Amino acid sequence: MTDTTDTADASRTDQWETVVGLEVHVELATVTKLFCACPNLFGAEPNTNICPVCLGLPGSLPVLNERVVEFALRVGEAFHFDVPERSIFHRKNYFYPDMPKDFQTTQYDEPICLAGWLDVDGVRVGITRAHLEEDTGKSVHLGGGGRIHDASHSLVDYNRAGVPLMEIVSEPDMRSSEQARRYVEELRATLLAIGVSDVKMEEGSLRVDANISVRHYGDEFGTRAEIKNVNSLRSLARAIDYEHDRQIEMLERGERVKQETRHWDEEAGCTRPGRSKEEPDDYRYFPEPDLVPIAPSAELRAHVRASMPELPAAQRTRLIDEWGINDHEAGVLLSTPGLAEYAETAVVALDGGGTPKDVVNWATNDVLSYVNETGLSPALLAPEMLAELVRLVGDGTISRNQARDVLAESLREEKWPKAIVSERGLAQVSDEGALGAAVDDVLAQNADAVEEWRSGDDKVKKKKRGFLMGECMKALKGQGNPQLLNRLLDERLARG
Amino acid sequence: MNATELAAAVRSGERSAVEVVEEHLSRIDAREGELHAFNLVMADDARAAAAQIDAAVARGEDPGPLAGVPVALKDNMCTRGLPTTCSSKILDGWKPPYDATVVTRLRDAGAVFVGKTNLDEFAMGSSTENSAFGPTRNPHDPSRVPGGSSGGSAAAVAADFAALSLGSDTGGSIRQPAALCGVVGVKPTYGAVSRYGLIAFASSLDQIGPFATTVADAALALEVIWGHDPLDSTSIGSVPSAIESPLAVLDRGVEGLRVGIVDEITLAEGIAPEVRAAVEAAGLALESAGASVEHVSVPSAEYGLSAYYLIAPAEASSNLARYDGVRYGLRVDGETVEQMNAATRDCGFGAEVKRRIMLGTYALSTGYYDAYYGTAQRVRTLIIRDFERAYERFDVLLGATSPTVAFELGARTADPLAMYLSDVCTVPSNLSGDPAMSVPFGADAAGLPIGVQVLAPALQEATMFRVAAAIEAAKGSAS
Ligand SMILES: [Zn+2]
Repeated sequence: MTDTTDTADASRTDQWETVVGLEVHVELATVTKLFCACPNLFGAEPNTNICPVCLGLPGSLPVLNERVVEFALRVGEAFHFDVPERSIFHRKNYFYPDMPKDFQTTQYDEPICLAGWLDVDGVRVGITRAHLEEDTGKSVHLGGGGRIHDASHSLVDYNRAGVPLMEIVSEPDMRSSEQARRYVEELRATLLAIGVSDVKMEEGSLRVDANISVRHYGDEFGTRAEIKNVNSLRSLARAIDYEHDRQIEMLERGERVKQETRHWDEEAGCTRPGRSKEEPDDYRYFPEPDLVPIAPSAELRAHVRASMPELPAAQRTRLIDEWGINDHEAGVLLSTPGLAEYAETAVVALDGGGTPKDVVNWATNDVLSYVNETGLSPALLAPEMLAELVRLVGDGTISRNQARDVLAESLREEKWPKAIVSERGLAQVSDEGALGAAVDDVLAQNADAVEEWRSGDDKVKKKKRGFLMGECMKALKGQGNPQLLNRLLDERLARG
Repeated sequence: MNATELAAAVRSGERSAVEVVEEHLSRIDAREGELHAFNLVMADDARAAAAQIDAAVARGEDPGPLAGVPVALKDNMCTRGLPTTCSSKILDGWKPPYDATVVTRLRDAGAVFVGKTNLDEFAMGSSTENSAFGPTRNPHDPSRVPGGSSGGSAAAVAADFAALSLGSDTGGSIRQPAALCGVVGVKPTYGAVSRYGLIAFASSLDQIGPFATTVADAALALEVIWGHDPLDSTSIGSVPSAIESPLAVLDRGVEGLRVGIVDEITLAEGIAPEVRAAVEAAGLALESAGASVEHVSVPSAEYGLSAYYLIAPAEASSNLARYDGVRYGLRVDGETVEQMNAATRDCGFGAEVKRRIMLGTYALSTGYYDAYYGTAQRVRTLIIRDFERAYERFDVLLGATSPTVAFELGARTADPLAMYLSDVCTVPSNLSGDPAMSVPFGADAAGLPIGVQVLAPALQEATMFRVAAAIEAAKGSAS
């Protein structure tokens, strides 16, 4: 690379702006499916959670799960949506083997949530709509390359058919991969907080499609590509960056960006065009005649409003204000489900024996590592135990270093820190008399070193003092309170 | 003996249900070969069910209001473990794992099922000639059609193969065959009877209702099958609590009722003179029984047929998509999934079903939706409003059920439009969702039965039945 290319690259980045809009599909964590009483469960034996309705058997009819409406109202509250008096379902007609009725029951031009927004790091991202729809089954293609077109045969699992989904469609308001990633993070945290989904990307309960285009600053929107198959936040950011580069290169070569669906290939690190169709799909949408309009009652709306939990954005501001922690710490607390609640309970249990900052320190380091290693939810841990640990450090019973081991055991064995400290005989000796006697013994037995300290220069003084301190600790089997010990040693040396 | 009499006799122990069912089975034996009313005769099941009814009576229990009454079911209603075909090859070999709500309610009321009746494939037709298993013939004249699509159910009651039967009415499929077979046929208010387990043709129009030989029997059957069903979102919550019992008011007469004869379904071109005459005669009979009778125009009713033949195929094109060879019924193999879907549907569906799927697909297509489906829905709204306006002045309306008496087999098969015109008098009630029924009233010169249609506002079945009962009572003097 020559200098000229570098300059060109720099100006290129200046000229072009990425425009990103996201469609996020969220599986709603209801007990039963959208239109029948089958369990809404992940990972069951194929075709065990099915019935005439979700199999679309002739003569079966859908009945809307009332909980889904309540969940949609929660989403409406959380993202400042308009929830109209009446919304309806449509049928989206197309043939596909994993779709039992060969149409999908979905909301179309009269969705349940309209015109909301979400603030992401100070930038307001508009959310065009959120609508309800049913999920499809899952096909497994055997023989050939594992795709439907060259498979020798296919099997279909309809357990997922009829699972309630909500599609949340943002405005093209994001301008970078980082912003898109943060939007999804905030969206996830909020959906989790309001209890409508477990938002696990790896289990497919949250799926993201990204609409990406580029333009010169100030221009009209460019032609967008829709990127599918993005399975993690990391892939989302990579896919957006890849598309950004691909589209700019095309435009700079004088080519046009094609409006198309592309698939993200995680291994190859690129997007590829999907199967091109000769004709555009005509889904022949029409209102679903087997369902009546959704018209949430005033009572339900009031109930939902009254039962809304504190949302992550508000919780973050409050924790920063009340606890004096920084933005990063608050972010870490809130990005792991249940961790902030764990810390909040621990802070209450401190009872003056430490500061919220201490709790946050432990929670975002040692506790978080433990949670990540074991895969346990913080909700299963006892925050009162952490509070006791913080108190033990605060009153000098144990040192910070000792506390690490104690916490590890406390988490692992579900034991109270006090019990561990006494079992291990860890309590620090803080008794001035006992410590003073130990120091006197050490000084008497090491008169040479004391003498060298007295006559030596600063360097020698430092070295000899370190040696004497080490001897004192050794004599106390490491349980001497270090602050106290330091003071006593200095006092005695000075006294001569 | 009619259903009311049979149930009374069985409940009192005067007659055994087994004897009743044997009587009907022997009539089936004698004439079914000629008429082909059934896709399936359930002789053994019927005998077993009847024996249980008798055992219950012997134990001193009441088997219910339809105790021991032989009932036939249109073969588009799901019966657990028994073939349910819609008279289509595409459902070949399929046995539903569940019962339709109406089936459960009838069984719980003591009914004995004698068979599943023939229909136009997926209820699409007006003569029962569009059945993959061959046509049903009219018991009054086997060279003629029984009407359709519930032709098998109408013929079964007319031939006394069953005392009652159920049909489904999407554009007249209960009322028109009832008229052609000389029996009573009722299309209740949309949502009054659960559709759960009724294999859909056009969901916003389909409604199940009874066939019977008398108005009272029809009311008896209706009161057994209707009522809210949590499995059908479009089922009306207030039925039957907010609705008057037709049975309770049958003999109340029509004194003071205001009856309107609807010009558009009485005087329109194509309605045979003897049919018009029967409607006018029914009006006169009601007048002499104390009702006031006037002619009235419901202008938009004229457009009903056009709107119907867009809305019904549109919904059908979607409802019938699931017959793709993947999960149940017929499968014709192909190289790819798409080819398998296409081959299965090509082989499994008959010509009329394909025609309507094409019509409906077209009506919903981008660029045509508004001109076709959209316009049809606006016409529907207009029809609803026009009927509401008419019902401000009248308690019930009167008109023809079918423009003609039963026609010869094959007379209209070559001309789909001529066949579609058979529904011209009945589709408005499906579009408005209001109840309507056909009552036999007189006959033409050849003795072929004529039906008169009584229409009522939503949930006013009781008034409708009062008027029907009055027409039935006047029948003897008229013919
Ligand atoms: Zn199910």
